[in-house]
Amino acid sequence: MRGTILRLARYGATRAIFLFLAVIVGVYVTVMIANMGGALDKMRIAQIEEEIAVSVGLNPANKHMPPDQLKALVDAMVQNQIHVLGLDQPFFPKRSFQYLSNAMTLQLGWAEHMVSDAGSRTVRLILLERLPYTLVLFGTANLLLFFLTLFIALFLSRRYGSFLDKATIALAPSSSAPGWFYGLFLILIFAAVLKLLPWGGLVDAPVPATTMGYGLSVAKHMLLPVIAVVTSTFFANIYAWRTFFLIYSSEDYVELAKAKGLSSQEVDMRYVLRPTLPPIITNFLLVLITMWMGQIVLETVFQWPGVGRVFYQAIQFNDTPVLIGVIVIFGYLLAVTVFALDFVYAVADPRVRIGASGRR
Amino acid sequence: MRNWSMGLRNLRRYPSLVAGIVVIAIFVGVSIYAVIAIPYSQATALWIGGPSVTATNPKNAAPAWFNLFTSDKLPSTIIVDSVAGAGTKTEQTLDNGMKQVDITLPFKYTFNRFPTDLRLYTQLTSAGSSVNMTASWLTPDGRTVVLQESRPVKASDTYYIAQDLDLRVRLSGAAPQVALLANPQNHGKALEGNYQLILTVEVPQTATLDSRLVVYGQVYGMAGTDYRGRDLMVPLLWGAPIALMFGLLAAVGTGVLTFILAAIGAWLGGKVDTVFQWITQVNLIIPLLPVLILVGHFYSRSIWTMLGLVIALSIFGSTMLTNRAMFLQAKEAPYIEAAQAYGAGNFRIIFRYLIPRIAPTLLPQFVLIVPTFVFLEATLAVLGLGDPVLPTWGKVLNDAYAQGALYKGLYYWFLEPAILLMVLGVGFSLIGYSLDRVFNPRLRTV
Repeated sequence: MRGTILRLARYGATRAIFLFLAVIVGVYVTVMIANMGGALDKMRIAQIEEEIAVSVGLNPANKHMPPDQLKALVDAMVQNQIHVLGLDQPFFPKRSFQYLSNAMTLQLGWAEHMVSDAGSRTVRLILLERLPYTLVLFGTANLLLFFLTLFIALFLSRRYGSFLDKATIALAPSSSAPGWFYGLFLILIFAAVLKLLPWGGLVDAPVPATTMGYGLSVAKHMLLPVIAVVTSTFFANIYAWRTFFLIYSSEDYVELAKAKGLSSQEVDMRYVLRPTLPPIITNFLLVLITMWMGQIVLETVFQWPGVGRVFYQAIQFNDTPVLIGVIVIFGYLLAVTVFALDFVYAVADPRVRIGASGRR
Repeated sequence: MRNWSMGLRNLRRYPSLVAGIVVIAIFVGVSIYAVIAIPYSQATALWIGGPSVTATNPKNAAPAWFNLFTSDKLPSTIIVDSVAGAGTKTEQTLDNGMKQVDITLPFKYTFNRFPTDLRLYTQLTSAGSSVNMTASWLTPDGRTVVLQESRPVKASDTYYIAQDLDLRVRLSGAAPQVALLANPQNHGKALEGNYQLILTVEVPQTATLDSRLVVYGQVYGMAGTDYRGRDLMVPLLWGAPIALMFGLLAAVGTGVLTFILAAIGAWLGGKVDTVFQWITQVNLIIPLLPVLILVGHFYSRSIWTMLGLVIALSIFGSTMLTNRAMFLQAKEAPYIEAAQAYGAGNFRIIFRYLIPRIAPTLLPQFVLIVPTFVFLEATLAVLGLGDPVLPTWGKVLNDAYAQGALYKGLYYWFLEPAILLMVLGVGFSLIGYSLDRVFNPRLRTV
């Protein structure tokens, strides 16, 4: 027993170190891409020059200053600002590694243009403010998706070949479209034509005074995006899991369990569900990963104030610290997902022995 | 090999497979037609738009077949051009050495709804200085409305009748394009019949005058137009080859490369496998869509850049893991051991024994990822990162979304590209899911 724990711990530690290295490389690549070979710096310096020139020109105190003196003042202020932002340092290697080390320690720094709803300019607060909305929306959608499809698939695998089974399988191709695509259709039907549900956003305006009213209003606004997310993978998930269940329910030990006279529920739980759990959980976590990425458009379409929308806004403001902040958080979340995957496998499938030297 | 031919012989038994193939065949046919009927340069020119191509197109016009479903008939655009020989032109020499030109531009209006715009384009050659034009409007019931008494006309002149504020005041505040065609007995409807626009100009003897009246309708062509008056038929047709190309190239690029690399990694093992695993782990951390958005926004929106990037970032994706697992299983098969025993090289084992064995099982996956990439192109376009010159379905969706087509009730604008995307996606999915059943016999027997 102690040996197992030790092995698990060693395995966990090596995996964690490896994944951390992977995150470092991934984030560094993104930092390099976000810099675009210096194009972004030029854009930012031009922006600084313009802002300072305008603010100096508008200042009544400078009204009677001769032009060359005014220009010198602007230049000095621009240089100062460039120095403050560190733009006079070469991007590679110094500044890029600075970005990297700050990002890895989650010191996400200050946004250059964006401001959180509460008025803060720290990237961390901007993102933390939006994270709960993303988690509420996609958490609800994913949990719903996971349990609904799992049990429907199990149900259908027992009624293989029935009309219901065939109908569900026939609908599997509907999952070729992404969530935002269904979102637009849902907006068309329920907001534009039927006028039953809101077009998008988080709550009604004016904001309901009571907590109860607020919750109901948010739920009403969440309905369409959740349906959109669920629809976009619903039938494909059922199809994939039904396939697993069908394959596993023809194993000899299942036949034996049935022959022993166990109830169909016991057979399902102990002999079908248990060995199929690893692929199901892998699938679920992979779906989670793609969800993290797919939400940018969905949140934009539904005007949902989540992290994905912040990312899109940050691009339009050329706000590098926010962009890197979002990707760092994505990176960490993905790493945690992959890490969890390894352990879930071990716990769920008795045939996998973690860290054992069985691998060649 | 037997596996393949047996699978193909069974295709007939799968109607959804046949349906999928028919759908894709139709899209391939449309693509070929689009590329031949509207050459690339013409398609991009039509899509970029501008007055030279969209001057006579109505804006936000519904498809012409809308009239089949409405009781009130929506007008299509009417063009009366004296250059094309429409109308009558009379010239009459005056005492002062000038001549008087009268142009009558008649048109028959057979719709109950009103036009969206009225414009009069005039071309005047070798007149020297500007001349004065009188324009009047004659309705079917014999009323005459003077549009402008003496409008100065130079070489080329566009009279925006619908925006004439002076005329609007004289028509007691009603929009000219409505008031000029309104039925005096029933103001909500247009009066059907023969209208005439009469122009009278006094010009020097050598001058020639031509005029063109455009009555902008509410319907246009088979697909309608967008907010800039561009014919939506162009992007709907041209979207097919672009979507097919992007989807197929990306799917084949990533699918085949991943597949081969997974086989090589799994067979060789050791360092190669470790390196591949490392790259995959790092790649899993890099989020695809955000990186695409970054590159699209700061660097290039060309569809080729995007395609290359998608392939580069997807090769070592999560499919690498599943493919590798399958190859690890397959390489334990006794016949591989036999091949090794008779001295087959790595290359031979990978490409002759491992890959053909797994290929049928993974074929459905290749087909099933095509729609993912088709929709990825649309996703980028909806974020405003579509190729700047290419007319694609995604860009129509983006325009429709950005211009509030759903709010304004211009549903056709959103539905046309959306339905095409959906049908293409479902076509590939139908094939993919059927192939899954054909090539994975374990599913069939249970």
